[in-house]
Formats: sequence, C-alpha cells, structure tokens
Amino acid sequence: MSKYYVNKFLFTVDRDPDYLKRYTEDPRSFVVTWEQSIGPKLIGNEGEASTVHGFTTAERDALINHDYVALFEMGAHFFLNLTLFIGIYDEPYLTKSGPLSFQREFAAKLQHWRDKEYPSVET
Amino acid sequence: MAQLVATLASTHHPFYLKATTMPPEQQMPQAPEWKRKVEAYRETLSRTKPDILVMIGSDHFHQIFLDNCPQFLIGKAERYDATFYNEEREFGIPKYVLEGDEDMSRFMHQSLMNQNFDLAFSNELKIDHSIICPIITVRPENDLPVVPIYTNIFAPPLHTPRRFYDLGRAIRKAIDDFPSDKRVAAIGTGHLSLELGGPRQFMETGPDPVFDRQAIEWLKAGDIDAILENVTHETMARNGNATHGFLNFILMLGVAGAEGADYVDNLDLFHTMEAYFTWYPKEQTA
Repeated sequence: MSKYYVNKFLFTVDRDPDYLKRYTEDPRSFVVTWEQSIGPKLIGNEGEASTVHGFTTAERDALINHDYVALFEMGAHFFLNLTLFIGIYDEPYLTKSGPLSFQREFAAKLQHWRDKEYPSVET
Repeated sequence: MAQLVATLASTHHPFYLKATTMPPEQQMPQAPEWKRKVEAYRETLSRTKPDILVMIGSDHFHQIFLDNCPQFLIGKAERYDATFYNEEREFGIPKYVLEGDEDMSRFMHQSLMNQNFDLAFSNELKIDHSIICPIITVRPENDLPVVPIYTNIFAPPLHTPRRFYDLGRAIRKAIDDFPSDKRVAAIGTGHLSLELGGPRQFMETGPDPVFDRQAIEWLKAGDIDAILENVTHETMARNGNATHGFLNFILMLGVAGAEGADYVDNLDLFHTMEAYFTWYPKEQTA
C-alpha cells in the first residue's frame, strides 16, 4: 500500500490541465499511462526515475473508478481527494443540480464515517 | 528599529472574490454583508499605514508536496508570483505578482534560526491562496512588499499548538529587532472549524459551530492559556478534519502577544464561520 503514491497521483493530475482532461475522459487508460511514465518521475527532476512506489490493486481500482469514498477510506489526503474530484465533477453537477451539489453528494456518501475517527492521512 | 503597527488574523475564504464580484442577481444573499465586513476589516490595516507585510499562510499542496515537506518555510526573493492553475480553475482567483523585501526576509530567517526555529527557505516561491486571499481582502492594491512565511497545517505530523504560539513570539521579536524605520504589519490566515473531503463538508454551518464561538471568545480575550489547555490535534480533528488551520490563529496570537483583540468580527457563511481579528500594540493604539 502506498498512500504517498496515491497522493502523488492526485497531486500531479490536479495541477495539470492535460492530465486532468485525460483522467476525466478515460480514467482506465490514463491510470495505466500514469503508472508507466508519469508516477515514476521524481518531482522537480523529471529526468530522474523513482522506483520505490507502486499501487495495490485496491488503490489502482479506486483511482480507475473515481472512487473518492474508497480513497478517503485508504487515507488519501482529504484536500487532494476533494479538489481533484471537484475539478472533474463540479461543473456537470452544477449545470444539472445547482451549486455545491457535487460537494454535498460527496459528503452524503461518507455519512457512515460521521461520528467515527477518520482514517489517518499521515504518510 | 522597525515598528509593528498591527497584527491581523483571519479566515481565508477562497470564494470571497468570486462571491462578491459576480453579477448581483447571481450573488448569494450574504454577499453584500460579507463585502461590508471585509471592507471594514480592511480599514483596520490601512489606518496603520504599513510599509511591509509579514504574511503567514500555508501552502495547500501547490508548490510543496509530500516528497519534501517543511514544517515552516520562509520566502526570500525579490518578487513572488501567485495563484496556481488549479486555484484559478476552482476559485476564480486571478494571478498576481507580489514584491518581496529580501533584506527583511534575510533578517527574519537569521533571527528565527537564532531563536531555535529551523525554517526551510525558498528563493523561488509561488504564493497560494492562503496569502493571496488576505491580499484581496485587506490590501487589494497589492502595493506593499511582503515577507511570506508558510506553516504546515496539512501533512501530519504537525507541530504542537505551543510551538505555533512560540513561533509567533519569535516572529514578533524579529520584527521588533529589524534595523529599519519601516512600519510592519503581520497578517496571518487560517480556519476555525472546517471540514474538507469528509462527511461534514459544505453543511449550512461549519462542522462545529460550538468550537467556532469558543475560538472567537478565546482570541477576542487573547486567552492563550485556555487555548493551550483545550486545543490539541485530536480535538481539532473532532472539530472538523481541516480545523488544524486554527494553528495559524494561535501563531498570530503569539505575534500580537496574548492580549485582547482591538477589532473582532465574524460572519456565519455556508460551511464555515468567517472571523476577523486585529490587534494593535498597546502603546500605539490609534
């Protein structure tokens, strides 16, 4: 399990309009591409490879499925997990159901955590 | 020596600009009141006629990430770009360029090191909304040089509330010792109770209105003892998963020096309590 690598995925995609578009439109192929050629780059020195992290099957599936509930439960960082999926879903939800409708659905799907201690985001 | 003329601590709501500049018929009902409160708060800074702004905020994984994550960091540069692509996308915040003050950054860094705070530093720091939001609210002219300081309120393990307060005290000493005739204001932003990416996000109020009221009372009274007795990482997590931004309020109380605030205001908005505090050094209260 690599919470760090899941966060690295969310971080690198959220900050790049091209990656965000590809992850929105075809998450399955984008996650494969990310694992092959984006994730292994050392941040801040893209010529250097970083070989020490990889996803578990559950992490890969959660990312492919845009499954922010599973990501929350794995301890992905709450800010990255929210911001990236707002980037993908806020506009379509806004058009269909009004302001903050995606954010409220996100919260509704996590209600079973409401009075519990949340999974730690410490990496 | 430089003179501290005001200490400001407030929440930073990234949607303020968008909420108050969209066409009036599309604005939320509280927008006019929000704008009035922010403009009144702005006056608490402008009346002190500052020359330099020491600004305390926290990067939200924009430049800083988990591959290399400092607890505290100071910017030391001639200028700072501001606002990242994903902040423009999500919040509609425009790009800015802020002037720096390298002399004061250098002095501040050395002084904090001498006081046992091992700050990381950056000569190429791009500022995010934790520092641009207060520029928008209290100094929209963006006409003053800044000394930016970042704290980690985001990626555990975090420093203790006591350490944040003590860092505020050390920043105050550095300002007081800075060999200059400049008038300095310290401005920091954070949060009261806040939930992001969890089950209590975007409710009608913040996740813990009881904490919010209590926190305002503590800050209003400058009651650092009550804060340090009652606020821990565990209590903040129960108040809301992003409540650790309150640590920056504790830091600012350290800059001001555990005194009652001279200006206090707040506004209950959807999903958050906005709060605005200003302290004037007692010998110079205007």
